[in-house]
Amino acid sequence: MTRALVIVLAFAVLCGCGRRETRVASGNREQILHVNNGTEPANLDPHVVTGVPEHHVIMSLLEGLVSEDPRGITPQPGTAERWELSEDQTVYTFHLRKNARWSNGDPVTAHDFVRTFRRALTPSLASEYAYMLFVMKGAEEFNTGKITDFDQVGVKALDDHTLRVTLNSPTPYFLGLLLHYSWFPLHLPTIEKYGPVYERGNRWTKPGRFVGNGPFALEQWKVNHVIVVKRNTNYWDAANVKLNKIYFYSIESTDTDERAFRSGQLHKTHELPQMKIDTYREKYPHLLRIEPFLGTYFYICNTAKPPLNDKRVRRALAMAIDREAIVKNVTRGGQLPAFHFTPPGTAGYTARARFPYDIEGAKKLLTEAGYPNGKGLPPVEILFNTLESHRAIAETIQEMWKKNVGIDARLLNQEWKVYLDSKKTGNYQVARYGWIGDYPDPNSFLDMWLTGGGNNDSNWSNPEYDRLIREAGRTADLAKRLEVFQQAEAILLDEMPVIPIYFYTRPYAIQPSVKGWYPTILDNHPWHKVWLEEEKEN
Amino acid sequence: MLRFIFRRLLQTIPVLLIIATMTFFLMKLAPGGPFDTEKATTPEIKKQLEAHYGLDKSVWAQYGDYMIKLVQGDLGPSFKYAGWEVTELIAGAFPVSLELGCYALAVALTIGMIMGFVAALRPNSATDYVPMSLATLGICLPTFVMGPLLILLFGITLGWFNSSGWFFMSDRVLPALTLGGYYAAYTSRIARTGMMEILSQDFIRTARAKGASEWRVIFKHAFKGAIQPVVTLTAPVTASMVTGSFIVEKIFDIPGMGRFFVTAAFNRDLTLVVGLVLFYATR
Repeated sequence: MTRALVIVLAFAVLCGCGRRETRVASGNREQILHVNNGTEPANLDPHVVTGVPEHHVIMSLLEGLVSEDPRGITPQPGTAERWELSEDQTVYTFHLRKNARWSNGDPVTAHDFVRTFRRALTPSLASEYAYMLFVMKGAEEFNTGKITDFDQVGVKALDDHTLRVTLNSPTPYFLGLLLHYSWFPLHLPTIEKYGPVYERGNRWTKPGRFVGNGPFALEQWKVNHVIVVKRNTNYWDAANVKLNKIYFYSIESTDTDERAFRSGQLHKTHELPQMKIDTYREKYPHLLRIEPFLGTYFYICNTAKPPLNDKRVRRALAMAIDREAIVKNVTRGGQLPAFHFTPPGTAGYTARARFPYDIEGAKKLLTEAGYPNGKGLPPVEILFNTLESHRAIAETIQEMWKKNVGIDARLLNQEWKVYLDSKKTGNYQVARYGWIGDYPDPNSFLDMWLTGGGNNDSNWSNPEYDRLIREAGRTADLAKRLEVFQQAEAILLDEMPVIPIYFYTRPYAIQPSVKGWYPTILDNHPWHKVWLEEEKEN
Repeated sequence: MLRFIFRRLLQTIPVLLIIATMTFFLMKLAPGGPFDTEKATTPEIKKQLEAHYGLDKSVWAQYGDYMIKLVQGDLGPSFKYAGWEVTELIAGAFPVSLELGCYALAVALTIGMIMGFVAALRPNSATDYVPMSLATLGICLPTFVMGPLLILLFGITLGWFNSSGWFFMSDRVLPALTLGGYYAAYTSRIARTGMMEILSQDFIRTARAKGASEWRVIFKHAFKGAIQPVVTLTAPVTASMVTGSFIVEKIFDIPGMGRFFVTAAFNRDLTLVVGLVLFYATR
């Protein structure tokens, strides 16, 4: 009798639990978006941070002179409602909106921008992205301490609502640069209130303190868990902001991320585990998005060390890799095989220069270099940071080199910071590398290979290449400028200090109820243009 | 007694200083610094950055600066999470790990003891084999298999619980079961052995001979003795549970200590690493 009673009771309790309303369902009803941001932001002070997850949150809290286009990369009017460019293309005059306000009600003025840029460039703050502002006249000199008078820097408030920015030279991608958070305005009185303005460690970015001019305001910040932003009623376009809140989660594990999505806790995942992409393709194609992304996955060669100081060997290595097979069987996320370096269609630029997948050609080059069929060539070491996906690619390439041209390769994986150190100090032969453009312009991919450039760990140097990149920087005519980049990339691909492998894509899962969300090459989505709408069931 | 406690506390001070020193130099020996990133900033800016954190000084000077602050109880700011003090980060994460640890411990002890005692009452019968097979399974299934399995069943298929997060009381259930379940399996085996041993003692036979009910024999006479091995096990189990499990925290996206420990080391976040090591050492 008692046993029966217990079973009945247990069953009743279990049934009572029932299926709960998911966060996605309640979010759709209340216009609350739940997205995974991938990791914990280091901070929310745009002058202190360097990462993409930080960018996603800061985009909701602050607005620059221009704003993102939800469908593309053409900058839209933001805090500035219009702007003019001088005849010689070096002076921009921005007219700020009279109704632009900070979240505490103060008006956003041109002086705010001047003070913010001053803070970004002040050496004692050591802002890592200060160099983004170096296109501005005198900015680099001020940041490196060559001048100490900020009045000599090319930014001036003509009145409360007019800002003039003077550039070093014509910079066709300048408006694109303004989309980066290093150019966003800050409310200096708030920063002053909570600590020294020109030092690190100021604690003004905590909830309850943060004052911004973006469409959303900071409500909650639980470290390693979630950042919540709510609609900013003082935003100039608040009437057209549809979302009430956004929850930015910091889930790092892609499996946890995907499970949270599947159980209805997230509107959008940060990415998808490689193993799940095929499953989504088959079972839930309407939830899967694979979008082009402004980035290149490649191997970098240490051109200072034999045998890779010989360009014929480098070219042979590059030509012996079957990239189609890698993207089809290994990465499987719709990546594009790369036969040049700058991702295709970067600000209207696609490299003409290519190198082929040509095993016979590779063999010929090796013979010319004195290594017929790879004989006499010491094993080439591939360095990568410890990650399963990098290993899979390296193993595939190891096999291709062996099979196609008889070259032996050894794999060496190192923990992230050790790997960075080895790469920086030239303690490698071939190393995995990935580059994501800071702004949609070929310059973001090509100027890194200048002689002695901070990211040019290949020890490669070519005076003609350097000259062309500098010439492109001075060329105002758009078509001519791209032509100069074409010539530069042709040199890069001929010399091959880099072996391009594929162009990145971003595979992720998203609920169909998220509207106003379009593919963009930098993966930035203006939150104030996004809304939620439940699909009507037929 | 007070003197003893006081002496032990005094003894911990040099131990902690030695630990801090060792951790500091181990971190300094590891290649790569906190501000090395895939995208290098200009050398000038990097210099400014290192100057700000005092990383441009000699290692000994850095060590001196750090220890002077440490003695004053200042663990310093985190390198990675600019604007957060190390103490602040630990103060935020520890209660979470502690809470999860307590629930997990409750799960481990309750389920473990019930299963163990039930199994011990009728050895080599179905009520012995079933719980003990479950226990073997529980020991064999690591948390990174158990967690996703529970999520798949209760989070995704049945939709009773959230699959991850740390917002509601219900969010505690699955992680506590995952973390506690593993130790419950151990506890049950030990509880079974303990109970069987006690039940074979003479005083139990005497109690039965005197006509005490089986219920009374078990709870009044055998229980106290049987839980002794379990109590011995509880101390180390508690320690390992409340300090946070990296794996369980990762699977369920819980903002606890475990995640900090791993990411801080990867980030070369020296102040946070030393702070965490000292915190663990003190406990």
